Amino acid sequence: MESVDIVQTKYYNLNNALELECGKKISNVTVAYETYGNLNKEGDNAILICHALTGDAHAAFKNNENDKKPGWWDTMIGPNKAFDTNKYFVICSNVLGGCKGTTGPASINPDTGKQYGHLFPVITVEDMVKVQYELINHLGVKKLTVVGGSMGGMQAIEWSISHPELVKSVIIIAAAARLSAQGIAFNAVGRNAILSDPNFNNGDYYDKKHPEVGLSIARMIGHITYLSETSMHKKFGRNFKDKPNFDFGVDFEVESYLDHQGRIFVDRFDANSYLYITKAVDYYDPISKYGSLENAFKNTNGKFLVISFTSDWLFSTAQAKEIVNALIKIDKNVSFIEIESPCGHDAFLLEFDKQTRIIKAFLT
Amino acid sequence: MGKTLNYSQITKLVPTGAKILDLGCGDGYLFKKLVNEKKVTGVGIEINEDEAIKAIEKGLSVIQGDIDKGLKQFFDKSFDYAILNQTVQSTDKPDYVIEEMLRVSKCAIVAFPNFAYWRVRFYLFFKGKMPKSKALPYEWYNTPNIHLNTIKDFYEFCKKRDIKILEAVYLAKNKARKKIFRPLANFFSEEAIFVISK
Repeated sequence: MESVDIVQTKYYNLNNALELECGKKISNVTVAYETYGNLNKEGDNAILICHALTGDAHAAFKNNENDKKPGWWDTMIGPNKAFDTNKYFVICSNVLGGCKGTTGPASINPDTGKQYGHLFPVITVEDMVKVQYELINHLGVKKLTVVGGSMGGMQAIEWSISHPELVKSVIIIAAAARLSAQGIAFNAVGRNAILSDPNFNNGDYYDKKHPEVGLSIARMIGHITYLSETSMHKKFGRNFKDKPNFDFGVDFEVESYLDHQGRIFVDRFDANSYLYITKAVDYYDPISKYGSLENAFKNTNGKFLVISFTSDWLFSTAQAKEIVNALIKIDKNVSFIEIESPCGHDAFLLEFDKQTRIIKAFLT
Repeated sequence: MGKTLNYSQITKLVPTGAKILDLGCGDGYLFKKLVNEKKVTGVGIEINEDEAIKAIEKGLSVIQGDIDKGLKQFFDKSFDYAILNQTVQSTDKPDYVIEEMLRVSKCAIVAFPNFAYWRVRFYLFFKGKMPKSKALPYEWYNTPNIHLNTIKDFYEFCKKRDIKILEAVYLAKNKARKKIFRPLANFFSEEAIFVISK
């Protein structure tokens, strides 16, 4: 029998209060993380994996022998995989504002002794990176590669900008330097679904019924943006689950899929975290912050790899090329591949064969 | 004629430490050779995903893209040399591509199979069919070479557009020659390499 790699989620408590972009401070920050492989003596073989909107620190392996599924990017992380744990020390941590072990709106507010709820400060992608930076220091990492898909790609961009002395290479997958108006619009609808759920109660719902209907609608909208027209058509077509019911229940396969995704999501995710994290994604905009992307990337040192997918319309190839072109203009070392895939934005989680080849090539 | 001669001749033409743009770099063989032997820096562009990955595997900086769409992402004269090796004949708009190369780089190297080579001429003349050879291995219906040209055509093209020809190297029978009477070059060369500027 194949032996199962087991990993334990660990927790690190930041020593000092963290100063946030919004001007507020947050203390008692805990960060949940997992590591795979070993850090070398020089401390320069680290790879930080940055997760997407609803991801977590459990990127690979299993936490328990009886787990049904391994971590969310197990196809890419492990011995001889794209992020080869025989060679590299791979780290993944849950983002600030999340609900999977790192401090977020569902954590206890030391000032009140109750969950933060809407009192949690508004966080940004920059703040997420600040927390990761503290963790990296704690782990003794001296140089690292930062990798991320989707929102994780934004964190990778931010790492290259804010810590050029540490980052030796950056891999940006299915991402953009900033979300398009269309992307913000979808996030806004998702947030509105949560905000208008009668159970939302201004974010103060932890000891009551949770705004599950709102959160599941938000998730459904998200899933529509993660697929492509082709992939939806292939997966579901216009098929009925059974036969037309002539009512407003779940009739079509595609409805049933969204319904299912919405339902399972509320068991694993906190509505407040969804609000805070989508807002962080919406706010992220190094182009406005630095005047131009060229100016933002001016002091970066490492080499860059940018990957996009043909059918991804949420983070399109055109947006990926914006990053590539800015880097070219300022003479940075950058490679770019557009992978042919029908899977839409989700492709970065599914197309592991090609990504493995490209990433292995880039990392050697 | 082997590709080795083409590669070694182009390598000779590129000065040490130059910043290059390799258009249609394929699997990056030439680019890598230039990095190793001439310490060049720069970037390659390749339309084919698989070839581009092979080039990245060589440690090169490669952008997957279509050079027919222009080189808008590059500033004027931001490279020392732009190289278009065995690619001009398969571009949609060779004139546009060459003008773009000359805009973004100080010099350009263009290498292409010469359609006026005597064997090609004889092939068409005697067989009455579209010429095929090692340099032109495709059938008429599946060839990517949609804009084949001759050495004479290229001289005319440059003259019309005020493009300076700094150097010309003619390849035939595994030999490279520089100073030949032009009509003879057009008849006896299998391939030509031009260094041009504007």
